[in-house]
Amino acid sequence: MTWLLEPDTTGQKFMLMVVAVVLFAAVMGLILFLVDRPKRIPSWVVAAGFVGVPLLFLAYGLLRPGLITLWQSFFNRNGSEFIGFDNYVRAFTEGQFQQVLVVTAAWVILAPLLSAVIGLGYAVLVDRTRFEKLAKALVFVPMAISMVGASIIWKFVYEFRPDQANINQIGLLNQVLVWVGLPPQQFLIGQPWNTWFLIVVMIWIQTGFAMTVLSAAIKAIPDDIVEAARLDGLHGMGMFRYITVPSIRPALVVVLTTIAMGTLKAFDIVRTMTGGQFGTQVVANEFYTQAFRQGNQGLAAALAVVLFVLVIPIIAYNVRQMRKSEEIR
Amino acid sequence: MTTRTTTARRRALALAATGASLALVLAACSDPDGEGGTGDETGGGSASAAGIDCAAYDEFGDLDGKTVSVYTSIVDPEGATQQDSYKAFEECTGVTIDYEASREFEAQLLVRIKAGNAPDIAYLPQPGLLNTIATDYPDAIQPAPDATAANVDEFWNETWKGYGTVDGTFYSAPLGANAKSFVWYSPSMFSDAGYEIPQTWTELMDLTQQIRDDTGGQVWCAGVESGDATGWPGTDFIEDMMLRTAGVEDYEKWYTHEIPFNDPKVVKAWDTAGEVLKNPDYVNAGLGGVDSIATQSWTDAGNGIIDQTCWMHRAANFYQTQWPEGTEVSEQGDVFAFYLPTDQTDVKPMLGGGEFVAAFNDRPEVQAFQTYLASADWANQKALSTPDGGWVSANSGLDPNNLATEFDQYVAGVLTDPETVVAFDASDLMPGEVGAGTFWTGIVQWLTGASTQEATDKIEASWPK
Amino acid sequence: MTSTPTPGQAVAGSALDEDVPSQQLRKLSRLERRAIATKGKLSSPWASAIAIIIAILWTIPSLGLLITSFRPQEDIRRTGWWTVFTGNASFTMDNYNEALYGNSNDLSTFFVNSFVITIPAVLIPITLSLLAAYAFAWIRFPGRNFLFVAVFSLQVVPLQIALVPLLSDYVDWNVNGSYWTVWLSHSIFALPLAIFLLHNFMKDIPASLVEAARVDGAGHVKIFFRVLFPLLIPAIASFGIFQFLWVWNDLLVGLTFAAPEYQPLTVKIAELAGTRGGDWYLLTAGAFIAMIVPLIVFIALQRFFVRGMLAGAVKG
Repeated sequence: MTWLLEPDTTGQKFMLMVVAVVLFAAVMGLILFLVDRPKRIPSWVVAAGFVGVPLLFLAYGLLRPGLITLWQSFFNRNGSEFIGFDNYVRAFTEGQFQQVLVVTAAWVILAPLLSAVIGLGYAVLVDRTRFEKLAKALVFVPMAISMVGASIIWKFVYEFRPDQANINQIGLLNQVLVWVGLPPQQFLIGQPWNTWFLIVVMIWIQTGFAMTVLSAAIKAIPDDIVEAARLDGLHGMGMFRYITVPSIRPALVVVLTTIAMGTLKAFDIVRTMTGGQFGTQVVANEFYTQAFRQGNQGLAAALAVVLFVLVIPIIAYNVRQMRKSEEIR
Repeated sequence: MTTRTTTARRRALALAATGASLALVLAACSDPDGEGGTGDETGGGSASAAGIDCAAYDEFGDLDGKTVSVYTSIVDPEGATQQDSYKAFEECTGVTIDYEASREFEAQLLVRIKAGNAPDIAYLPQPGLLNTIATDYPDAIQPAPDATAANVDEFWNETWKGYGTVDGTFYSAPLGANAKSFVWYSPSMFSDAGYEIPQTWTELMDLTQQIRDDTGGQVWCAGVESGDATGWPGTDFIEDMMLRTAGVEDYEKWYTHEIPFNDPKVVKAWDTAGEVLKNPDYVNAGLGGVDSIATQSWTDAGNGIIDQTCWMHRAANFYQTQWPEGTEVSEQGDVFAFYLPTDQTDVKPMLGGGEFVAAFNDRPEVQAFQTYLASADWANQKALSTPDGGWVSANSGLDPNNLATEFDQYVAGVLTDPETVVAFDASDLMPGEVGAGTFWTGIVQWLTGASTQEATDKIEASWPK
Repeated sequence: MTSTPTPGQAVAGSALDEDVPSQQLRKLSRLERRAIATKGKLSSPWASAIAIIIAILWTIPSLGLLITSFRPQEDIRRTGWWTVFTGNASFTMDNYNEALYGNSNDLSTFFVNSFVITIPAVLIPITLSLLAAYAFAWIRFPGRNFLFVAVFSLQVVPLQIALVPLLSDYVDWNVNGSYWTVWLSHSIFALPLAIFLLHNFMKDIPASLVEAARVDGAGHVKIFFRVLFPLLIPAIASFGIFQFLWVWNDLLVGLTFAAPEYQPLTVKIAELAGTRGGDWYLLTAGAFIAMIVPLIVFIALQRFFVRGMLAGAVKG
């Protein structure tokens, strides 16, 4: 039975895949079968049948490492010595950490907001047009491109060449500047705009996600509401403002939250495009650098904790939203 | 990237090897100490199974059925030549070398060590990483066995052994070597314009000014962008200047922090580099102003020489493999390099670098492979299995005739020149916070506006206490 | 949720059980919907222009890469990709040949690996998240809100911190490098976001549907499978595509947990750049090779997006 761990052939690999899926289905089926006794067992047992396995997975694979990280943040680089809050002190006093926080904040605010706004606008504009499928596919494509591909793509947008004889621009944006008679720019050097040009990449990727989710929410607005509003004389922007946006508010919150969380964690755009230089560093990339290039486990752990602290406002906002919807229900 | 020789294929190889070794045992009797491979025996032969003299591998014993896992940062196409170079060892001893390479090697190696899943052998691209591992994970890494140390003593200069030593324990034998003090140029552009290869730094600067006067354009091209390692090519330039303006002794004091990073001698080295790198009359030929050095990827920075938009590009010997396909690297060809000259008369400093072989297991087959990699046999096998060149070693048993390209042989010549003093890449020897952190950042800030004093002060402040 | 209350729900085209009260459904004819839609949407030449501009802006960078991937290395570094439209352009398959056949390893093996990794790593976390999301939305149990917020906040944990603890366990259990560890890791890392998103769709299902089923004596398992699951199919398909993309494009998990012979395509593609990154132009072809499958999946499942995530049902 070694193929269960070490399949050699393609056939064995696919067989193993099927075995895994069937095994999983069987286990989950058994659990659900056991808790499916309406009214005879307390609801928490039923709930345990539904959430038990996922919570176990999370406790094991994310919560435990998270707690280990919290613990490690009070130790030195290889965990051999307790140093209290020194890592935090270092993180906050080091060089330009305040700037890193400001840049990170710019990411977390701009990327979700603009992705959502553009995604929503686009979803409304192409909704139920003849080209809807194609139009959506075009904006969705960036989501399907791996990070490695995306960094190359944007190289061909921002690449700089001087404006002189025998030298051609190979970055599209600078070519456009040259065409309109302006000098080419070093987009990745000039602060603070370089951070904006990096955020653009994130927006380019995430708009597809926002558009997909929001478009679905728009389509789910009951037709009779739209009809009633129309009878009340709402059209165009009025409809958008008073019917569409309020109706998809929950979906908007979800999209903003998801992209904000993803943005906080995202480090590869910064890492591949500027390496965190020219004042573009963000907390996530600083964390990655400390953990994997400097091997400084303690400081990296402290930065991961900082990331978590930064997300608390987002969590609080979502909790408030949840409370509100609970009250209504 | 990986290659796992299947059991069946390995057996077949082992059989073939047995046959070959039987046939060659008699012929090999003339080899008295079984050490073999001073270059002469393997020199004329090829890397094919038939040509391997397995007697040289007797000292490793029978390792049939054993496996050694190797983890490195050397991916294809260079990875393939690495694996080819092990074939003789695998065929003669029956061992399987399980080669795995990743561009994320440095990060992944630390993850694997922490998780208790270290490979048997890892090729560390710089001694700084060895230092980190030996200090932070002393239980994981194994000291080098005596046989390996003996090979290193025999074939390497003792400073190289020193780089593989942490706190008096010798861990890692050097593998390949880089030589970084070179200036790439186009031989035809030079001869058409009637320029000579400069022999001193002063001549080099005179030539630069002359080209500037003759052409009115910029002379040098440079680029330090390297993803998350952006800045390192610039540190090499500074180090070269440090070696030339302050001398080898102060260079050593610099990376050991006996003199501070913002010492006037260091500042002078930066400023000397700045005579080229921060002079808008001289840089950045075909690529923009001074600040474009910071965003130009180093792998493409020299291309202007082929396009004839740039005259000179300071880069290491391994830039040889970065030229676009079809570029002829030779003294009569499209591009070639000359030694970055110095005004010193007593020494020719050569900035060097290299990989080091660290072991995380002390099984006999692992130690055997470690020892083999430190031998002249392997160095020559590697040279023979690298037909496109781009590889040299500081192993004194390496026969330069085995090296594939004119340039590699030239590099080997410079490395073994008695006047040459090889000084190891200082940023690789500094603490990681500086050598792979603030030094890189400092270079970038310096190129985008910061003064030398500001840049060096900042780096000095970041030096771990 | 403070917004317009919506008494009636139009659950169009869903496959509900007969025991769900039918007065909940008011099906509009196709024509009616089309009429409402046309009148309710923003329509002006400006609107169309904006949509077209967005579409172009979002497409041009990728189009540039696509063109670049067919250009010779020399041209790539000398001229911009748009120059192919202005004459003497040369095209080559070299980048693709090199990416596909350049190295000793067969890329098809890695395609297989990517499939074998991705399919369970999509099915398993989605199933688990659906069950969890159902419980968080519709089963009352002590600590429910606290647990949900906890799960939700785990989204921000960078998965890098989980690599070492997980890998050391896998090593201890002697299963490291196998597909099992990759599936398990992907499943764990996907859960917080999946539960959060699916919970959102789940709670938007009209309470009256669930209540009605309960009154009829159905247990939670039955309600989940008979009432909610059919309604959620579009949402599941949509999330499935996202999860598919994330797993397919993942580099870190595959690199860390899978043995070399089981590593996914992305790992292989990333290495095309060469030891020192000088062959980055091969990544142009590599990116498109890796993108083919996600695009096919997207196009195949796109009809779900066009229909909406909840087959027409939503709670205000």
